[in-house]
Amino acid sequence: MEPFINKKYSYPGLFLRTGLLLLSIGLIFGLTGALQYILLGFIKQYISFEKIRPLHVSSVVFWIILGAIGSVLSYVQQHSGKKLHSEILLKIQFYIFCVSIISILISYFFGVFGGREYWEFNPLFALPIGIGWILFIINFVKTLGSFKNQPVYVWMWLTGIVFFLFTFLESYLWLFPYFSDNVVNDMTIQWKSYGSMVGSWNQLIYGSSIFLMAKISGDKSIGYSKISFALYFTGLTNLTFNWGHHIYTLPTHDYIKHISYIISMTELILIGRIIYKWRLTVSEARKHFHIVSFRFLSAADFWVFLTLLLAILMSIPGINVYTHGTHVTVAHTMGATIGINSFLLLAVAFDIFPRNNKYLSLAFWIANISLLIFWISLIIAGIEKAKWQMRAIQSPFSTMMMDIKPYFISFFISGLALIIALTFIILPLFKKENTRK
Amino acid sequence: MFKIVNVITDNQKFTVASIIITLFLCYTFSLFSNLPQKNYDTSAMARKGKMVWQKYNCNACHQIYGLGGYLGPDLTNVTSIRNTKQLTAFIKSGTKSMPVLNLTDTEIECLIEFLKNVNSTGKSDPRTFQIQKNGTIHQ
Ligand code: HEC
Ligand code: HEM
Repeated sequence: MEPFINKKYSYPGLFLRTGLLLLSIGLIFGLTGALQYILLGFIKQYISFEKIRPLHVSSVVFWIILGAIGSVLSYVQQHSGKKLHSEILLKIQFYIFCVSIISILISYFFGVFGGREYWEFNPLFALPIGIGWILFIINFVKTLGSFKNQPVYVWMWLTGIVFFLFTFLESYLWLFPYFSDNVVNDMTIQWKSYGSMVGSWNQLIYGSSIFLMAKISGDKSIGYSKISFALYFTGLTNLTFNWGHHIYTLPTHDYIKHISYIISMTELILIGRIIYKWRLTVSEARKHFHIVSFRFLSAADFWVFLTLLLAILMSIPGINVYTHGTHVTVAHTMGATIGINSFLLLAVAFDIFPRNNKYLSLAFWIANISLLIFWISLIIAGIEKAKWQMRAIQSPFSTMMMDIKPYFISFFISGLALIIALTFIILPLFKKENTRK
Repeated sequence: MFKIVNVITDNQKFTVASIIITLFLCYTFSLFSNLPQKNYDTSAMARKGKMVWQKYNCNACHQIYGLGGYLGPDLTNVTSIRNTKQLTAFIKSGTKSMPVLNLTDTEIECLIEFLKNVNSTGKSDPRTFQIQKNGTIHQ
């Protein structure tokens, strides 16, 4: 068996490329949203922020989900040395997802909402997405074949796949009045499901990254090492019990807060450690062969570190009181979804579509530096809002937002730089392979 | 470092995973059967108002208990600082950032009923929170 051969598997690649397309679209909406922060009411007659935000967030969330699916489906074939169980199922899944996602984005344009944060589309769309996911599960399990003596990334993929479905269904419990009649009950279950759902796609992406690291270093024992399994089990514990930190300030059960407070951010520490150790083991030659993927994995390592720092601070309730409801939260979310999730998926994308050109290295550095400025701007804006929130006598909301506008301007400019850099990174992935070194 | 080969057996892994998942399911279903707030009274109007809130996606710009989009203010307790007349005026005429969403009068009434209902469930102003010795927040 030679599992580490790069073959062309068209449909999984298509998932990744469609994801990349959604990322590009999402970036434009993000930039428009940022513009509405600094030019109040900018194009609000046509497309105001309640449309822009879901357009941005759904596009990028679907990038992450499609990218994760594409990575898992490519790698499970490389891992098992078998072709996908059913190309037809995959095609059906692909078209179900495409039609649903396009319809969702169009429905936002027309102001048709389900109105739940992150899944802002009409609940009817959840049906095809759920069905598509079940097809994905079938294809994955059948392609995998046996559960015996599997490396950690297979455990992660399985966990991510199953828990995503569970939490996705859970996030629709609000359709029953028993869960949604009281807003605190509703939000408790909503954020329980979201917290675990993010953990689920992280499992898919971390699994693919560990596979990729094993592939780059040529050292398969990474997937079996004790520390990898320690990471997996802490990840699973975090996924299942650490969702409460989203709702520290909700008047909900105290034990929910205690549990997530106790379950700390160990998951991130461990993945950081794995990538770090792995970097030490990769030989120069292999590094060179996979240089672009290697760079993105290393960048993700840096962002894991920063996100970890912020996350640990934010999960101390005494600090969360101040940062909750401010742009510090947005910094945390975007820092993690760009710096960790997107960069890891880009590492995978450059493995599946090996490309290199003279601009990539520069674009890579600009992306990271501008993301850092982007992230810091949001944190400072958040801290300023936090100070305002605690004042005995508050100026009006709109005055406070005017006062912190300079930070939003630097958020916008760095966001623009990030987009330009990402464009130079994404574009080659759509071109025919020609410059592989 | 990575030379340690498969020191954990499949059985051990399955056992640990089963324990975590079982605990998770217990946690989940005990929470479902024992939701945090019990003695509440949500009128039919407030229920409709919640659907209006979702229909117009107010949450993309506003927060409830700090969760939502951040372009506009948190509205958890807005009914304790503004009366129905003021709220109606805001919703009808919008603001610089907030569009005129053309809600019907009934929708506005229901929406305000919903906001009053939200207000009755607790406070979201961080100035009113107490941080307890064990580190959690109490309101
Ligand atoms: C495009 C963003 C946006 C949307 C959508 C939006 N709002 Fe607003 N809203 C704002 C902003 C920004 C303010 C603050 C206005 C100011 O201070 O100038 C505001 C203010 C308010 C206020 C006054 C708050 C206060 O403290 O006086 C109320 C009430 C309100 N909005 C209700 C709603 C409702 C209900 C909806 C949904 C039907 C909604 N808004 C949709 C942006 C929005
Ligand atoms: C890979 C790229 C990106 C990803 C994955 C991403 C992801 C997200 C996510 C998940 C949120 C929700 C945040 C929350 O609820 O806390 C968000 C909000 C937002 N993002 Fe992005 N984002 C990306 C790039 C950008 C860029 C480049 C810009 C602007 C230049 C931008 C502007 C915004 C704005 C304005 C919001 C709304 C903030 C609010 O709630 O008021 N994003 N993004």
